[in-house]
Amino acid sequence: MLELRNITKIYQPGTVNETCLFHGFNLQIPDKQFVSVVGSNGSGKTSMLNIICGSIPVDEGQVIIGDRDITRMPEYKRHRVIGRVYQNPAMGTCPSMNILENMALADNKGKRYGLGWGANRRRIQHYRDLLSQLGLGLEDKLEVKVGSLSGGQRQAMALLMSTMTPIDFLILDEHTAALDPKTAETIMALTGKIVAEKKLTTIMVTHNLRYAVDYGDRLIMMHQGQTVMDKAGEDKQRTGIDDLLSKFNEISVECGN
Amino acid sequence: MGIILGILEQGLIYAILALGVYITYRILDFPDLSVDSTFPLGAAVTAVMIANGVHPLLTLPASLIAGALAGMVTGLIHVKGKVRDLLSGIITMTALYSINLRIAGKANLPIFNMNTLFKNPLMDSLPASIAPYAPVILLAVLAIVCKLILDWFLKTKAGFLLRATGDNPNLVTSLAKDGGWVKIEGLAIANGLTALSGCIMCQYQRYFDISMGTGTMVVALASVIIGINLFRRLTFVKATTAVLVGSVLYKGCVAVALNFGFSPTDMKLITAVLFLIILLAGSARKRRAKVHA
Repeated sequence: MLELRNITKIYQPGTVNETCLFHGFNLQIPDKQFVSVVGSNGSGKTSMLNIICGSIPVDEGQVIIGDRDITRMPEYKRHRVIGRVYQNPAMGTCPSMNILENMALADNKGKRYGLGWGANRRRIQHYRDLLSQLGLGLEDKLEVKVGSLSGGQRQAMALLMSTMTPIDFLILDEHTAALDPKTAETIMALTGKIVAEKKLTTIMVTHNLRYAVDYGDRLIMMHQGQTVMDKAGEDKQRTGIDDLLSKFNEISVECGN
Repeated sequence: MGIILGILEQGLIYAILALGVYITYRILDFPDLSVDSTFPLGAAVTAVMIANGVHPLLTLPASLIAGALAGMVTGLIHVKGKVRDLLSGIITMTALYSINLRIAGKANLPIFNMNTLFKNPLMDSLPASIAPYAPVILLAVLAIVCKLILDWFLKTKAGFLLRATGDNPNLVTSLAKDGGWVKIEGLAIANGLTALSGCIMCQYQRYFDISMGTGTMVVALASVIIGINLFRRLTFVKATTAVLVGSVLYKGCVAVALNFGFSPTDMKLITAVLFLIILLAGSARKRRAKVHA
């Protein structure tokens, strides 16, 4: 269980630009649930992910994993159980290192980074097998620098790398937004497959309403730091893109747009 | 012949320094100015040890450790104190100036009559036909050993993490590692190598001088940039090898400039102007490449 309890987050406190994003925000996500999150810009989707991962501090409230309060735990320690894929494909890989080195780096997560050889030759076949399921031909380019790959290829690698070692939570921050429609489709299918295989608790922020409807077993819509729609199970199955759009319009009207 | 030997010798000494700066500047993307003081730090430690009759070989690990500690200080100021990278280096650099004076006891400490790596009973016993080449051979061995150890390190898991930290600190966090400590570690290694280079320089010129560090950063950067740019297209040449060659070439350029009738006191001016030319040449080439692309 992942829980955000009574979260308050104020940006630029004490200035004229002070904005209160979250005020007493609560969210509970049971283990192995796949949550899709939609919402307009500035609704707090990415801030929520940053709060869960510890990238930004909270002003009040608690972040709880299982029965452990991790509110004060530094970001890097939280990533022992969290894998995260960002919107920018460059964020999840090392451009100046080759594919093999990137895979080896990710493969060692959770262990010591000591003075043993960085790339273990005996793991190469394993890396090839993992890469070949992407269908991008990367398994034959192990010596190629990741910086010379396309955004889609890099994002596929980032997804693979973030889920290579045992983790409990997968955080997807608009991870298909920077990709062309066809590549986005491939990455999304791969995401679904990995989440199902590894039974990960997943939070996916997306602007693609169809992905939000098609994937996951719970759907949340956020607006001005609040959840304005929260559907799970069969209720979610019955929800279509049109329902989301009409809700979106409703919110916009309230704002006076 | 003497000039060429001199260029090779000095180039190889500065090559070890350039390897250190390669770590901070190229791998970590950290403009570390503390090298301007960790270079004389290694020299000060060495001069004092040798003046007190310590075996010259022991000065190598001692200065390496002294430099590494100074590098860690820069890292701690930057990472834990959240001070900007450039400023952290300047703080350490300034503080070390006084510390170097304290270590050496005075601004200039000669070790002319003492045993050093280059002047000891073993070296003196070499036949006259080899003797002139002994220093350059010894220096080449030292520089290449440093390069090979660095090559090995960059291929280990710890080395991978160091490269990742400069490349994409975000990924290091994702790997559940504290990128800050990796930075501190990198700065320690880089400044350790710098001090080692200062240690060898001190024994080579047989004195410590408080001002010997001025412009160290520029010399090292110029070496790194020349080396990397020269071998950019030859992907089979390791960056560390390129840096070694770059350092010797840079010393060569300075020697040529001095031969044009400049006085030795113009050295720093020449160093700086040459560095500027290298930088401008590099960016001009990049612009051309852009036009063609």
